[in-house]
Amino acid sequence: MSVLVDDDTRVVVQGITGGEGKFHAEQMMEYGTNVVAGAVPGKGGQEVNGVPVFDTVHEAVAEEDADTSVIFVPPAFAGDAVFEALDTDLDLAVAITEGIPTQDMAKVNKRLTETDTRLVGPNCPGLITPGEAKLGILPGNIFADGNVGLVSRSGTLTYQVVDSLTNRGIGQTTAIGIGGDPIIGTDFVDALELFENDDETEAIVMCGEIGGEDEEEAAAYIDEHVDTPVAGFIAGRTAPPGKRMGHAGAIVSGSGTGTAESKINALNDAGVPVGDTPEEVADNIESFLE
Amino acid sequence: MAMKLHEYQAKDVFADAGVPTPSSQLASDVDGVLTAAEEIGYPVAVKAQVQVGGRGKAGGIKLAEDEDEAREAAESILGMDLKGYRVERVLVEEAVDFTNELYVGITMDRGEGKPVAMVSTKGGVNIEEVAEEDPDAIAREHIDPAFGMHPFQARKAVYDAGVDKSVANDVASVLTTLYDLWESRDGSDAEINPLMVTADDDVIAADAVMNIDEDALFRQPELAEMEEEAASGGDELEQKADEYDFDYVRLEGNVGIIGNGAGLVMTTLDLVDYYGGEPANFLDVGGGAKAERIANALDMVFSDDNVDSVVFNIFGGITRGDEVARGINEALEQFDEIPKPVVVRLAGTNWEEGMEILNEDLVTVEQTLEDAVERTVAYAEEVTEQ
Repeated sequence: MSVLVDDDTRVVVQGITGGEGKFHAEQMMEYGTNVVAGAVPGKGGQEVNGVPVFDTVHEAVAEEDADTSVIFVPPAFAGDAVFEALDTDLDLAVAITEGIPTQDMAKVNKRLTETDTRLVGPNCPGLITPGEAKLGILPGNIFADGNVGLVSRSGTLTYQVVDSLTNRGIGQTTAIGIGGDPIIGTDFVDALELFENDDETEAIVMCGEIGGEDEEEAAAYIDEHVDTPVAGFIAGRTAPPGKRMGHAGAIVSGSGTGTAESKINALNDAGVPVGDTPEEVADNIESFLE
Repeated sequence: MAMKLHEYQAKDVFADAGVPTPSSQLASDVDGVLTAAEEIGYPVAVKAQVQVGGRGKAGGIKLAEDEDEAREAAESILGMDLKGYRVERVLVEEAVDFTNELYVGITMDRGEGKPVAMVSTKGGVNIEEVAEEDPDAIAREHIDPAFGMHPFQARKAVYDAGVDKSVANDVASVLTTLYDLWESRDGSDAEINPLMVTADDDVIAADAVMNIDEDALFRQPELAEMEEEAASGGDELEQKADEYDFDYVRLEGNVGIIGNGAGLVMTTLDLVDYYGGEPANFLDVGGGAKAERIANALDMVFSDDNVDSVVFNIFGGITRGDEVARGINEALEQFDEIPKPVVVRLAGTNWEEGMEILNEDLVTVEQTLEDAVERTVAYAEEVTEQ
């Protein structure tokens, strides 16, 4: 079992003829992902890696039964690409693109309330079910099949924690990078709900960071609805207020909201141990699984 | 990230859209201030054009009743250091005689994923403090971005805030204009604080804040041109980071930090603190950095005199260990003596290739993030003790 993606997932890659789209479509296929189509306006009829390219996502769905899209479209056009994905009957759209204007995402956010399609991202590394399929840019070789679900706002921090787990022989059901932007599709609460309902997921890692209140909301949700043990991590304890730490969403505002302290306290109150170091997160997971 | 317009730029944008603003002129020397004040007519306000909050308290805004006072204000403000920024220009502005100060603003409520319009009768003070101490004093109206702000929403926010009926229509009209600007110019924040109410029941924007979503500058060419001007001043190292296109934040400590990916770099900072050191900076080289960019990152951190040691932590996804190793060699081989000890930890994509390439005579290699940070902190302590 796993969540959102497995070896039956049929993927259309939006932007498959671009540099990144092409490279990562290849990497996904090498990992075993079932990439069935590409979609790039004006490039219909071409092939990339033996995968047929269509002018529209609608055609890719109609012709190849795609049920999931991975979006590698440049930021100026990515908002539109997400709308196109949401206009079909896809189960899932994953937006890897970094730098989509926030107002475009606010409109996407509104559209998401009117569709059943789930969005992961944008500005995220994607998601992976080890041994089955990956959607996005995560390095497949550090993951291993197992029983830990992982959700994170940051890509490389995910790799760091996964590496600690895998080195101890602890594998993962699915790892989801939800992205570092202020407005995202799937948030911590959504991912926690998925893992809680997954029979195989026996423990959950949640990696948050400063900015916003998603971690506090997740803590409240865990307190009420999650029986699976959760180990937390919060990046940005040393970040000064008013300075954005790389991610558009990672900023402690002048009035003190979004601090690491508030998030750590909220998680602790919900019974979630928060590691001081990534290794401590792996220690906590190890003790859950004993 | 937001690009912040200067007050004078934001006022131009607001005035062009029909928001009433006081007459004003920009000046960069004392004579310019006096000429401007003469044309505008006393009394005037002389306002430092730097992008820091609390300009008034820090002595960056002065009222002048006559030429002597204007000269005095100009001499004290021009060239002054305002929270790390040198004041190169001032805005000379008609001083408005007001009976009341309001606040109007538009921003993105990230929790809701929707824009929000805000109105308060507690203008003229830091609105974040008002939000904290007296949240009910700010009326909020969430906007559906697909429709934009309905006229009733502007009215509702103004009435909810308790704005006096005599100016309610004018304030609602300013709020509507502000939303339209925020939307059409890809604002992240648009704010007038204070929006002054005069004895004649006119409203006038005595300050103007307009921050633009940097990710949207590609479709705001007019504002993108203002960017260079807006970015003038500031920390030398932060300017250098702009040239190299790094996400960089300078901090107070002496342990230099380079890494890939915001979350992992933040974690590295936190670990430096955890092991008893103090981070000197946040530097994210981003995804897929090639050798040259890696070398630039080292140059960047070496340029900071406060830095005593450097930790280089890369977990490759799309970044490749061999490229990183080449960049580190390239940057360090030009020195006869390495200026500051560098600790390297490589993991992920092509890390084995990277380790083969890396010249281990020039750096200290550690296998784990924790060990790398601990070692770097120890190096920094050695330097401090000397």
